[in-house]
Amino acid sequence: MSASATITRSSRSSQVGLIFIAVAAAALLSVPAWASNDAMRLLIDIFLYAALACLWNFLAGYAGLVSVGQQAYVGLGGYGLFALTTKAGLPPLLCVPLVGLVAAVASIPIAMLLFRLRGAYFAIGSWVVAEVFRLSAILITPLGGGSGMSLPARIAQSIGQAPHDRYVSVYLTTLGLLLAILIGIFLVLRSRTGLALTAIRDNELSARSSGIDVDRTKLIVYVVTAFGTAMIGALIFLQRLRISPDAGFSVNDWTALVIFMVVIGGVGSFEGPILGALVYFFLRETMSNLGPIYLIVLGAVAIGVMLIEPLGLWGYLRARFGMQFVPLQLRVVDRAASAAPKFEETRPTA
Amino acid sequence: MGEWINTIVQGIMVGGLYAMFAIGLALIFGVMKLVNIAHGDLIVLSAYVALIATQTLGLNPLVSLVLVVPIMFLVGYLIQRGLFNRTLGGDVLPPLLVSFGLSVIIQNGLLQLFSADNRRLQAGALEVASVRLSDAVTIGLLPLLQLALAVAVIGALQFLLYRTALGRSFRAVSDDPRIAQLMGLNNRHVFGLAMGLSLAIVALAGVLLAIRANFDPATGPTRLIFGFEAVIIGGLSSFWGTLAGGIILGIVQSVAASIDPGYQILAGHLAFLAVLAIRPTGLFRRES
Repeated sequence: MSASATITRSSRSSQVGLIFIAVAAAALLSVPAWASNDAMRLLIDIFLYAALACLWNFLAGYAGLVSVGQQAYVGLGGYGLFALTTKAGLPPLLCVPLVGLVAAVASIPIAMLLFRLRGAYFAIGSWVVAEVFRLSAILITPLGGGSGMSLPARIAQSIGQAPHDRYVSVYLTTLGLLLAILIGIFLVLRSRTGLALTAIRDNELSARSSGIDVDRTKLIVYVVTAFGTAMIGALIFLQRLRISPDAGFSVNDWTALVIFMVVIGGVGSFEGPILGALVYFFLRETMSNLGPIYLIVLGAVAIGVMLIEPLGLWGYLRARFGMQFVPLQLRVVDRAASAAPKFEETRPTA
Repeated sequence: MGEWINTIVQGIMVGGLYAMFAIGLALIFGVMKLVNIAHGDLIVLSAYVALIATQTLGLNPLVSLVLVVPIMFLVGYLIQRGLFNRTLGGDVLPPLLVSFGLSVIIQNGLLQLFSADNRRLQAGALEVASVRLSDAVTIGLLPLLQLALAVAVIGALQFLLYRTALGRSFRAVSDDPRIAQLMGLNNRHVFGLAMGLSLAIVALAGVLLAIRANFDPATGPTRLIFGFEAVIIGGLSSFWGTLAGGIILGIVQSVAASIDPGYQILAGHLAFLAVLAIRPTGLFRRES
């Protein structure tokens, strides 16, 4: 290799990608100025699910913590918001980061317990924890017990008198939170912890023997994910204005759908979950009147993707065209020859 | 006092059922390190298969087992060879996500075919028959049958695993799949048989449960969780440990339910988490 070779994360496609992201963010920021309430509601839904998908992928795709119990934190966020606004009288938008903090603190002892289970047993263990949350919520009568509660009108109106104003508030908060989560995950992945995560993902044993504190790294990811998931949960139920134990801690709504999005879009890549969320909403808008059949089709597509292309749509595009939207992969570039990348960090097939 | 004894006895009986959920789960984990998230939904599926058999052929639910058990064995063999075998070897993600997808497909398929209505298998006189031990303690014949069948299934499984050629091949692929293949075993076929056996046990448990309690398409995940909790409480060392785990879970749930029905399932989960906190290798695992 010549002395002029350098290591870079940037590539032509990632430069284009960053410009595209900047343009898209600016365009999305302008939406409240011209869009209808219905359009904003759809976009809010997409943002919320895209954020959940990115968070689940961060947990499962990068740290290998395959959780089917993330609804625990969605419901905790929702109930936290309802409790803090109605019982403590705090403003709803202030409650969003507060419930995130509550969930992050609560997730530490939960993680210490669940980390005793490995692999697939961790998955079911996380589900048990979510069920404990759901069954406990049924017992809390001040928050409506089994039938749940509605957010009083005066609290909903505190973020905007007219429905349109409320949509604008929730829209901008959700968009901001989604961008914050994306930037947060991006920064973690580029940090030392991100390097450790990549090593753990590829081979946990050799990561451990290289001196990486595997449990600590996984704990960080688990807590950060709980923090983000609970904030998203708070926004979901601020938007819905009503919560019940079955809705808040629904495994189908907050975990099954999210897993399908990530699997279809691409597990273990930064861009995959966002792509998966967009594909999901495209399918939902075109065939949502099919009822249960719709979920059957989604499950079958996810199984098909897992068997045929385990890295999902984005994995396929990346392998086929060598593209990346976000500068994350390290590559060696030979400047003297100014040639195409000689080799890339690649991910072994999952 | 007598009432408490009664409560505990009922818990022990239900524990036999939980143990059967758990054994199917533990068997496939032992043989191929696979955790099947659709396990609970397959329990419910077997109850619906029995429902069709009893309704169309007019069979008693217990007689319908003659059909349901082989059908579920076949279902297990086919999903193993068609789906799970393609995901084994390496990462935990693919088998987990494929079984999760299967779980959602079965649940919604049943919902589409049978609606969300509660169902129950009618077993006539057996449902109410009981053995009276004292003034306070009476044992239903059906729960007693569950426990007896659980013990019989475990005994038969132990015999199969340690005394037969099939059991030897299960243990061989579990110890080292590559060497097993070198020795002439067809691993894919052995895995298929293990999943078939797991679902045959599931069918037995599913039908017994469906006589005792209402079921609907959404009840699968709870069954999976009960089975899983029994496995972890008992420790992964032996099926008798799993039976003990199921019985402990049954007793905890039964006692909690007698205090307040709202606590029944929650108490079982908390007992599981307590075991995880205090003795993560399970209560009955031999220290080595």
